[in-house]
Amino acid sequence: MMKRRQFVQGLGAAGSVGAFALTSGCASTPSGNGLKVVVVGGGYGGATAAKYVRMWSDYGIDVTLVEPSSAFVSCPLSNLVLGGTKTMADITTPYDNLVKRHGVRWVQDMALRIDADKRVVVLAKGGELPYDRLILSPGIDFMWDGLPGMAAPGAKDKVLHGWKAGAQTVALRKQLEAMPDGGVFALSIPLAPYRCPPGPYERACQVASYFSQAKPKSKVLILDANDDVTSKGPLFKKAWKDRYDGIIEYRPKHKLVDVDVATNTLKFEFNDDLKASVLNVLPEMRAGDIAVKSGLATANKRWCEVDFLTFESIAVKNVHVLGDSIQIAPAMPKSGHMANQHGKTCAAAVVALLTGRQPNPMPVYNNACYSFVSPEDVVHVTSVHRYDADKKTMLPVAGAGGVSSAANELEGRYALAWARNIWADTLA
Amino acid sequence: MKWNVRIAASALAVIAGSSYAQTMDPLQLRSLAASCSNCHGTLGVAEAGNESLAGANKDEMLKKMLDFKTGKKPATIMHQLSKGYTDEQLAALAGYFSSLKK
Repeated sequence: MMKRRQFVQGLGAAGSVGAFALTSGCASTPSGNGLKVVVVGGGYGGATAAKYVRMWSDYGIDVTLVEPSSAFVSCPLSNLVLGGTKTMADITTPYDNLVKRHGVRWVQDMALRIDADKRVVVLAKGGELPYDRLILSPGIDFMWDGLPGMAAPGAKDKVLHGWKAGAQTVALRKQLEAMPDGGVFALSIPLAPYRCPPGPYERACQVASYFSQAKPKSKVLILDANDDVTSKGPLFKKAWKDRYDGIIEYRPKHKLVDVDVATNTLKFEFNDDLKASVLNVLPEMRAGDIAVKSGLATANKRWCEVDFLTFESIAVKNVHVLGDSIQIAPAMPKSGHMANQHGKTCAAAVVALLTGRQPNPMPVYNNACYSFVSPEDVVHVTSVHRYDADKKTMLPVAGAGGVSSAANELEGRYALAWARNIWADTLA
Repeated sequence: MKWNVRIAASALAVIAGSSYAQTMDPLQLRSLAASCSNCHGTLGVAEAGNESLAGANKDEMLKKMLDFKTGKKPATIMHQLSKGYTDEQLAALAGYFSSLKK
C-alpha cells in the first residue's frame, strides 16, 4: 500500500516537473537567459551540479553534461557486487531523468581539453562546447608512474583496481570466482588521501564474506601503505576478528613500489615480496586527467585547490572543480556523499555568480558514509562541515558527527535507503 | 515535569520566532536545506526507506531535531548530524521544509 501511494505521488511529481522542463526547454534555446554552463563528468558531483544549476536557475541556464559512460554506476555499494550479493544492474542508474525532467543536454563524449581563454571545452569526437562557467567533476585517475611494472602490455587488464565502478568491478568479481579455494586475494591500499577512505576495508569484508561461503580455505590479505586503518578502524578490526578470523589478515606500513605482473607479485618499499592468486592494486590517486592537463592541479600537481564558497579554481577563472579531484579541506573525505554536497554548493554559487548575486557566504553540509562488514550489517561514519571565514576553508563542526557503536542490520537497511535517496537526488 | 514541558515549549517558540529564522536569506536557507536532500530527497521528498521532510509539521520537526541533538531521542546518525547545526538553523530548516509540498 505504502509503496503504491509513493509510486503514484512520484508519478505526479515527475509529470509536473517534466511538463515544466519541457516548456522551459522550448524557451531556453532562443529566449532563455542565454547563459551556458558545461559540466564535465556525470558522477556524484557533476550530475548533481548539472541538475541543480537547472533547478535553481528556474530552468533558465543552459546546461550541457559531458559524460562518456552510457549510465551512472555507483562506487558506493559496488563492493557488494564483488561480494556477490548485488548485481551491476542494482548499482546502475540511467541519465534519462536529467535529460527528460531537468532539460540537461547530455553529450556522450570525453572532454579532450579546455581552452580557458576562448571558454570552450574541446570534445574527443570533435567539436567545441562554449561556456560562461565550466564545472569539472572528473573524479580520480591513477599515478601509474609509481608502479613501473604496470606499464607492461596487458598489465592493467590482469591486475585490476576496481576503484571506478564499472567494467573493472565485473572483471574483478570474475577473477574471484575463478580463483581456486585455498588462494590468496591481496589488496594493496595506497597512502591517504585516496577516493573513499573506508572503501578498501569494506572490500576486504565483502571478499572475505564471499570466501567464507564459497571458498573457505582462501585468505584476504590487506597490505596497507598507511600506518593504520584510515577510517572506522576499531569497527573494521572488530569485524575482521569476530566475523573473518583466519580469513582476513591486516598488515600496515606496506608501501607498494612495483608489481611483477608476470608472476603476480607485489613489491614493497621495506617489506618482502608477496605473491598472491588475485592481486587488487589501488595505485596512488590524483585529480582526473582533464583537471591535471588543464593546469588545475595546483597542490603537488595532484589535487585542485578551490575557493570553498564557489568551488572556482584558484588557478583558472570561470572553471569550478568539485568532488574527488579537489584538494580537500581538513577532515573532509573524498566520498560520493561529499561530492553530491559539493555539486549543490557549486551549483548555487554558479547560478548566483551568473545572475549578479553574492554566493552563499556560509555553506554548511554533512557527510554520511556506510560500510557493509557483511551482506547485511553496516557501520557508519558521519561529519558536519561549516565554512570558516577567517581560515577560508571548510572545517568540521566540533562535537558533531561520529561512528556506529557496533555493526548492525538496521543501518544496513538505512545504507540501502541512503543509496536510493542519493541516486535520486543526484540523477532524478 | 509540567514545568519542563512548558520550558521546552517556550524555548521552541523562542527559537522558531527568532529573527534569525525569519530573516535568514532565502537562498542561503535553500542551500542549507539541500544538505539534507542526499538522504531525505530533493525538496524533501524522499525515496522509500527514509523520511520525507516536505510538508512536515514545523513544531514537531523542530522538536524532533532538538531531541536528536540533546540525545533525548535515539537515532542511528541524526543525533550526530543534528549537533552540527545551530538551534536557529534547525528552526529555519523546520520552517523551510514545512512550507514545501508533500
